[in-house]
Amino acid sequence: MKMTYREAVRQAMHEALAADPRVFLMGEDVGKYGGTYACSKGFLEEFGPERIRDTPLSELGFVGAGIGAALGGLRPIVEVMTVNFSLLALDQIVNTAAALRHMSGGQFSVPLVLRMATGAGRQLAAQHSHSLENWYAHIPGIRVLAPATIGDARGMLGPALADPDPVVIFEHAQLYNLEGELPADWRCDIASAAVRREGTDVSLITYGGSLPKALAAAEQLAAEGIAAEVIDLRVLRPLDTATLAASLRKTHKAVVVDEGWKSGSLAAEVMACIVEQCFFDLDAPVARVCSEEVPIPYAKHMEEAALPQVPKIVAAAKQVIGK
Amino acid sequence: MIEFKLPSLGADMDEGKLLEWKVRPGDTVKKGQVVAIVDTSKAAVDVESWSEGTVFELLIEPGETIPVGTVMATLLEAGERPETAQRTPRPAPAPKPAAPTVAPAATARPTPAVAGRRRISPAARKHAEELGVDIETIAGTGPEGAVTLADVEQAAAAAKVSPAKTAAAPDKAAEMRKAIAAAMSRSKREIPHYYLSEPVPMRRATEWLAKANEGRPITSRLLMAVLQLKAVALALRKFPEMNGFFRDGAFQPAASAHIGVAISLRQGGLIAPAIHDVGEKTLEQLMLDLTDLVKRARAGSLRSSEMSDPTITVTNLGEQGVAAVYGVIYPPQVALVGFGRIVEQPWAENGALTVVPVVTASLAADHRVSDGHRGALFLAALRDLLQQPENL
Amino acid sequence: MEEKELRAVVVATLKAIAPEVEEGDLRPDRPLRNQVDLDSMDWLNFLIGLHEKLKVDIPEADYAKLVTLGDVLDYLKAKLK
Repeated sequence: MKMTYREAVRQAMHEALAADPRVFLMGEDVGKYGGTYACSKGFLEEFGPERIRDTPLSELGFVGAGIGAALGGLRPIVEVMTVNFSLLALDQIVNTAAALRHMSGGQFSVPLVLRMATGAGRQLAAQHSHSLENWYAHIPGIRVLAPATIGDARGMLGPALADPDPVVIFEHAQLYNLEGELPADWRCDIASAAVRREGTDVSLITYGGSLPKALAAAEQLAAEGIAAEVIDLRVLRPLDTATLAASLRKTHKAVVVDEGWKSGSLAAEVMACIVEQCFFDLDAPVARVCSEEVPIPYAKHMEEAALPQVPKIVAAAKQVIGK
Repeated sequence: MIEFKLPSLGADMDEGKLLEWKVRPGDTVKKGQVVAIVDTSKAAVDVESWSEGTVFELLIEPGETIPVGTVMATLLEAGERPETAQRTPRPAPAPKPAAPTVAPAATARPTPAVAGRRRISPAARKHAEELGVDIETIAGTGPEGAVTLADVEQAAAAAKVSPAKTAAAPDKAAEMRKAIAAAMSRSKREIPHYYLSEPVPMRRATEWLAKANEGRPITSRLLMAVLQLKAVALALRKFPEMNGFFRDGAFQPAASAHIGVAISLRQGGLIAPAIHDVGEKTLEQLMLDLTDLVKRARAGSLRSSEMSDPTITVTNLGEQGVAAVYGVIYPPQVALVGFGRIVEQPWAENGALTVVPVVTASLAADHRVSDGHRGALFLAALRDLLQQPENL
Repeated sequence: MEEKELRAVVVATLKAIAPEVEEGDLRPDRPLRNQVDLDSMDWLNFLIGLHEKLKVDIPEADYAKLVTLGDVLDYLKAKLK
């Protein structure tokens, strides 16, 4: 069945709401407006204001309320409009949600799902274009997901709700309009990375909004006789390093593509894992394509120049291969 | 613009030393024309061009040793003009430990190598250790001149671990020994050989040959070897899986039989250059070709096409007095035919015992490509062909 | 032609084919092809060399008579008479 990423997210939530009375959706504009990215259109009418709750503009407040609801036995889906605003809720997420199981000696768990849009590319300038997935992936106690395909958008929410601990789901804003076939077997785990394209010459390792770019780069490289393997991390914490290592043992070369800034990035973590686990399989220095280290510009051409793009990925792959 | 690259003149060659250019910029070059003389570890070989064009630039100086695949010269294609043609930068010499290359100032690039430490990828270093190859002798072709996995694999395949490329007078015999060692080790490592042999009565062939030579002046007499070569070539027509190359995991049959003739050199060592299209040539032509080939092989003056394209090898150790020979296939070929000494033997035929000159024909073949059943049929066909010398 | 002179021609022809041959090491009563590493192509070239230098014809049927250096010298002597 053909559908958009947006529709896949919507169906996933609809299924969860319909199947489990403990599940409810809470966030800014999720009710009357139908969601900033229109992922909850029609939900208010169908499930009522008890379960589809518009919140005030206070991330600290409603994320905290979500944690309380989870502690009380419900299964909240809290939508934070974008990662940019989630910084206001960091104390709730890092100090409370991620730590409560440990602080309570295992007596409490926080089965909370936090969804948020992320990423740049829509001329929203420096305050609304962050890719801060790596901040969350740094925190023990939460699981971090980055669905990059229609299938994962549809399939990841279920297991995330079933997880007894907090799960953060990053949906890249550029992906909502992505249209494609929903795979028949869209049900998936939230533990492993996926090989999106097989290849033998170089591994392109990426996640989220950069996956389509990496796949396009692999297509261009193929035209030049270079077989690139594309790895979609899917799960940013904990990283599935076994899949990375298996790919590196085959290709011996890697380019990590990450829309985050380079310094302290998720790409840096991936590279460190590769060096730790695959040093003797490496045939070239590991390269990465990240965002330029500037606040993301507003001007269209400058924003494009600041972000990872297909030609940059192709060039990095060729440099690693020595062509 | 056509790039003229140093061709591989056999599985055991990974570099060559340019001795002489046979062309100058501005010269017109035809297909098959000898353009350079290159010294391999085995012989000085006349290297032919496979393209037509006008010589634009010669990029290598006589005396330089270069890896296989290096662009040696550029040719202008028809219609290209020298004024507008792009000049080619001279290929950089293989990086030496004392002169690290400097990385261009791109943000993502690794820093320049520490002086005295070569760029060698971890995987290349590990693989070289596994293969017992001395990594310090391998020239790097990877990013910024780094030694990569592919470099190690290539060096190991050729296993030309030449520790003293710059030594004043390399020991020719020792180098050839090494080259043979590498090719034969690779053969025995990679090729699952199977061996078959068959006694071939040679009465008809020897009688026919004696008769044929009776009327000929000594300068145009035939040797038994040419009958054997022709018979092998004709037998190959029915057994294409013995004739060709095994490359990149697959067999590529050859359209014609270019038979490599194993020629031992007086100073030691062995070379197996090809006589082309053996099946299509008369015995007289083959005799001329063989005489010429042996003479030039021993004089060290072979052509690149003779070195690079034998599709099967024939060895005739019977000359040295052994009854049979079970050879090692020369990769990437897939078969080798051996002939032993022609010797008189008791032979039972039609219920009676007679004495017949007999030669043991043997086949070493690549089991990845053919099976013993086909090999047996091939030897039988070879035997039958030698019973009808008049048809060869 | 003197025997000594004939021997010199034969040895020179042989050395043209097998440069490593030392004349002093050649025993005239032993099969030549056992003492010198000659294959059938070398042998043919040796006979062609003799043919060209001495203008003698050597039919293939006579090859069997030419086993030792002594045989070769005797054969050529008889032909040159």
